[in-house]
Amino acid sequence: MVDAYRLRSPLDHLGLTARAQAEAEYSGTGVVLSEIAHLCLINIRGDASDPAFIAAVEKSIKLTPPTAPNTVAGKPSQSRIMWLGPDEWLVITKPGRGERAMAELWKNLKDGKLHAAVTDSSEARTCIRIEGPRAREVLAKGCPIDLHPSAFGPGQSAQCIVAKCGVMLVQTAQAKDTAGTYELYVLRSFATYLWTWLEDASQEFGVRVA
Amino acid sequence: MTQSHRLYDGGRVDRSQPINFSFNGRRYTGYQGDTLASALLANGVMLVGRSFKYHRPRGIFSAGTEEPNALVQLERGPRTIANLLATRVPLYEGLDASSVNSWPSPNFDLMAINGLFHRLLPAGFYYKTFMWPVSGWKIYEHFIRRAAGLGRSPEEPDQDTYDKINAHADVVVVGAGPAGLAAARTAALSGARVILVDEQVELGGQLLSERFIIEGKPALEWVAEVEEELLANPNVTVLKHTTAFGYYDHNFICFLQNRADNVAFGAEGRTRQRVWRVRAKRVILATGAIERPLIYVDNDRPGCMLAGALRAYVNRYGVKPGTRHVIFTNNDDAYRTALDLKAAGADVACVIDIRPDPKGELVTRAHEAGIEVIENSAISGVLGSKRVKGVEVMALNEPGDSVTGRSRIVQCDTIGSSGGWNPVVHLHSHAGGKNVWRDSDGIFVPGETLQAEHTAGANHGNFSLQAALTDGIQAAQDAAKILGLKIKGKISAPAVGTDVIEEPWRLLWYIPTTAPTGQRGKHFLDPQNDVTAADVQLAAREGYRSVEHAKRYTTLGMATDQGKTGNIPGHAILASALGQTIPETGTTTFRPPYSPVTMGALAGRYVGEFFDPIRRTPMYEWHEQAGCLWEDVSQWKRPWYYPKDSESMRDAVNRECLAVRNNVGMLDATTLGKIDIQGPDAAEFLNRVYTNAWLKLAPGRCRYGLMLHEDGMVFDDGVTSCLGENHYLMTTTSGGAPNVLAWLEEWLQTEWPELKVYLTSVTEQYATLQLAGPNARALLSEFTSDIDLDNEAFPFMSWRDGTVGGIPARVFRISFTGEQSFEINVPASSGLSLWTDIMIAGEKYGITPFGTETMHVLRAEKGFIIVGQETDGTITPLDLGMNWIVSKAKPDFIGKRSLARADTARPDRKHLVGLRTIDPEVVLPEGAQLVAETRAKPPMDMIGHVTSSYYSAALGHSIALALVKNGRNRKGDTIYVPIDGTTTACEVVDPIFYDLEGERLNG
Repeated sequence: MVDAYRLRSPLDHLGLTARAQAEAEYSGTGVVLSEIAHLCLINIRGDASDPAFIAAVEKSIKLTPPTAPNTVAGKPSQSRIMWLGPDEWLVITKPGRGERAMAELWKNLKDGKLHAAVTDSSEARTCIRIEGPRAREVLAKGCPIDLHPSAFGPGQSAQCIVAKCGVMLVQTAQAKDTAGTYELYVLRSFATYLWTWLEDASQEFGVRVA
Repeated sequence: MTQSHRLYDGGRVDRSQPINFSFNGRRYTGYQGDTLASALLANGVMLVGRSFKYHRPRGIFSAGTEEPNALVQLERGPRTIANLLATRVPLYEGLDASSVNSWPSPNFDLMAINGLFHRLLPAGFYYKTFMWPVSGWKIYEHFIRRAAGLGRSPEEPDQDTYDKINAHADVVVVGAGPAGLAAARTAALSGARVILVDEQVELGGQLLSERFIIEGKPALEWVAEVEEELLANPNVTVLKHTTAFGYYDHNFICFLQNRADNVAFGAEGRTRQRVWRVRAKRVILATGAIERPLIYVDNDRPGCMLAGALRAYVNRYGVKPGTRHVIFTNNDDAYRTALDLKAAGADVACVIDIRPDPKGELVTRAHEAGIEVIENSAISGVLGSKRVKGVEVMALNEPGDSVTGRSRIVQCDTIGSSGGWNPVVHLHSHAGGKNVWRDSDGIFVPGETLQAEHTAGANHGNFSLQAALTDGIQAAQDAAKILGLKIKGKISAPAVGTDVIEEPWRLLWYIPTTAPTGQRGKHFLDPQNDVTAADVQLAAREGYRSVEHAKRYTTLGMATDQGKTGNIPGHAILASALGQTIPETGTTTFRPPYSPVTMGALAGRYVGEFFDPIRRTPMYEWHEQAGCLWEDVSQWKRPWYYPKDSESMRDAVNRECLAVRNNVGMLDATTLGKIDIQGPDAAEFLNRVYTNAWLKLAPGRCRYGLMLHEDGMVFDDGVTSCLGENHYLMTTTSGGAPNVLAWLEEWLQTEWPELKVYLTSVTEQYATLQLAGPNARALLSEFTSDIDLDNEAFPFMSWRDGTVGGIPARVFRISFTGEQSFEINVPASSGLSLWTDIMIAGEKYGITPFGTETMHVLRAEKGFIIVGQETDGTITPLDLGMNWIVSKAKPDFIGKRSLARADTARPDRKHLVGLRTIDPEVVLPEGAQLVAETRAKPPMDMIGHVTSSYYSAALGHSIALALVKNGRNRKGDTIYVPIDGTTTACEVVDPIFYDLEGERLNG
């Protein structure tokens, strides 16, 4: 286990922790931005029509890989599994839980001689969360897909473009009014550009870091 | 200064809010609610500019987007904006505008001398005059540009920001006139997500300029009720001051929104303009109609306007455009203008009607109001040059092709002409819709559409208010039905109190005068580009039978207004000259944008730091603090070199090169593409995509591979390692990584679906630190205890797992520099920490960070290729002298067959060779052309070009790689690089300059 102080999230250099403390008092901002760093992300490939594959995944992470396109199974507070393609999923779990999940998946899928692939992508992406009453409007400035609650609600996901960056976009919550909460899983090399762009696009509504 | 032409009351301006502005250096006052045009007219200013070619004086012509004359330059310095329409600029405090095409002023313009020589400036003048001699164009162009220029672009950076937004709607309604409002209200009642868009600052469309009654109240009260209802509905977005400028396939429609009333300065804290990119399930085009003028002689004199525009200025802005007005018409609608002017207390001299016996309700009312109506007559002449002073009126003969009898002069300073109204079919046409000619009133109406589109109101050819309201509701009902939405409640069109039956228009496209066309005055069709009826007739006589050719020859409709008023009359006159019907001649193509869009808005926020994503490695901040210069490698920023103090690039690169050759250096190699390959057929897959053999690579070992396209040309290269049973890690070039993954997936999915292989990109999972140099091993040994770095235990072209500095790591013993080299891969989050630790520990060795330039020099010394530098998609492995990597034994690999083609197999293709300049200090420019024999001047026979060229500090002379025809058989020959009169001689040598035996990288 590497000492935590030696780990740098892609957005650490922006001093977001300090900003979050300083800006916690801000009220009435239309947008709240935060980085959820160091999540464990595991990419799985396999044959969804093979019951043995489904069973092996279920056994490993206690979640069933969804077959409905662009959906996420599981609760945001715990582990989730996101549909990425007919034979591809992403497991999202809390920091620290990844090694065990990875080992379980590898044991049950690879050692079971199933044709499947298990790849750790935890380091490849970070997660930017955007929430608040104007979050959807900010995303609409850079994302061509329809994010209206009638078209894109909690539990739905998309692999799309936000501000020229490819992201995996997930909606995690939708309040009764217009406020929604979204997560953007972005490749770490793009994270600074995307964060800066989002913060710029949020300025007119008032923005704080959480 | 007093507003001499402002009415005492009436209109939508707020007389309690005066606004100061200046035009051409003079100061005036208008009111809140004015446009620049209405404020100028209120102050008696009609003359606003000069025309493009003849520099004739021109006045305000319209009250809207169709305006051809009143173009202004708004503000100065970085805020300046060219060619805005005075009719579309809402007045604001301190507004500073000037004419665009006059010098020194519109009142006294030196270029007006062109008007005296108009016979020398016929249609196609530029084509005819400036084509010979060809070399003369350089001189002519300079003259023409200066003579013809419109406004000026700002020369300083834009002070404003712009952005874009994506939106989705069930129903988009374009136009917030009566039809559009009725449609939007109806659609909203179905629960649909509705966007209503209108270019004006207020909703209401034409109703803003009329005195109509709806449900017993002024029409604008009905507009306000509808607006309130729409704003209260969370599913409805109302966009004012926003122009739908383009309509594209799949119901994609784009708007330009002005986000501030102040069009030049914007508003604090937000973008000045926004482009809306809207995907709509249904689009309702309620875009209204634009009045077309009658084409009478000298119809461009300041004071010649559209009849409907006069009405707009009186009713909406409380301004009398002139002191004495004449209305010239072919229809009943223009009588509304006469009646509204009269009702506002303005002087109406007469209505001149080209119809023999007009009897409509509005005509009767004009008689009752005491307005003289001169029937069956035409304006046969206009008096005055900088302002209309009067009109000459004569009777028309029966067919309407000449004037007869005695002429009569009517004193006036303003003429409002109306030749009927053209539906605004532009958006419908953008998206591929056809237009249909309606003979009864001589208009094109939208016909068949390719989109999910409806048309309503005047745009649909329904000109009466009652018909427009009914049509708007119908369009929304049709849209809702198709979308499967139910409209709640019963909808019926509100009752209109002001509609009357109108008599048909008389279609007379050309109003005759006492002399043939062009021999007495000019009939302007396109006043901005100075295109006249005579020009169009000349084009027809010279054989321009296609309306598209005639347009380009005459420039009809090619000005900033795109012929919104004069095109249809112009096309009708062309049809007549060609002996065709108007639908046979057709119209020119309507293309986006409907009205000009600023470049800033199209760029949006993607300027400056947001121009394109910048990809950063985990060690980015370290490099930045170390003061590196950056090289862009696709979207990545890679350290190029790290200059110390005032070091030059050459000195810095020499220092970095020597450090690696003699000691130890470190390179950030994170950007290299990495693909994780798993599956029982992984080895077979590699065997098919690489040129060499892959079936026997053992776990722990690495191999270099070359990938070809089907044509046998080199496409990518890299090292692939066997991680375990059925598990490999492929590396690709930094720039090629996404393409390689897509290429491999394409083969897997379309050609070899039977292969059980999964590919997953892991490029960003790892930070890659490359240690290179004779002291690399010693330094690395300080950081690891569980990897045996001994040369026997960990030989070249192998990898080991373990920990480096306490971090889980995979270390590859591979080399692109030719030195002993270790590539340390650690989880990306730990990259910066490990890099920093190694730099500190390496100080005792004088560790030197090196960038891409040093890497390029070092690999060139070794003769290692860079795909995309030594190759360009036309180079085979054999051309590169890399036969050793092309398997003869394998049954197949991508590109194998192409290598056997006669042309790819011939021995005298271009070969990769080394070059040594005779003068060792001369570094050849990359891309320089090579010749075997020099001549005094070009052309010379070229035999190849330089692909890489550097100064080699390790060797003490310059080196170059080049592709040369039959190069391997020229070794020892002297060839030449002729550039700009100097010739550099060089010797063809082997491409490996350094450590031919590879002792250093194996050591």
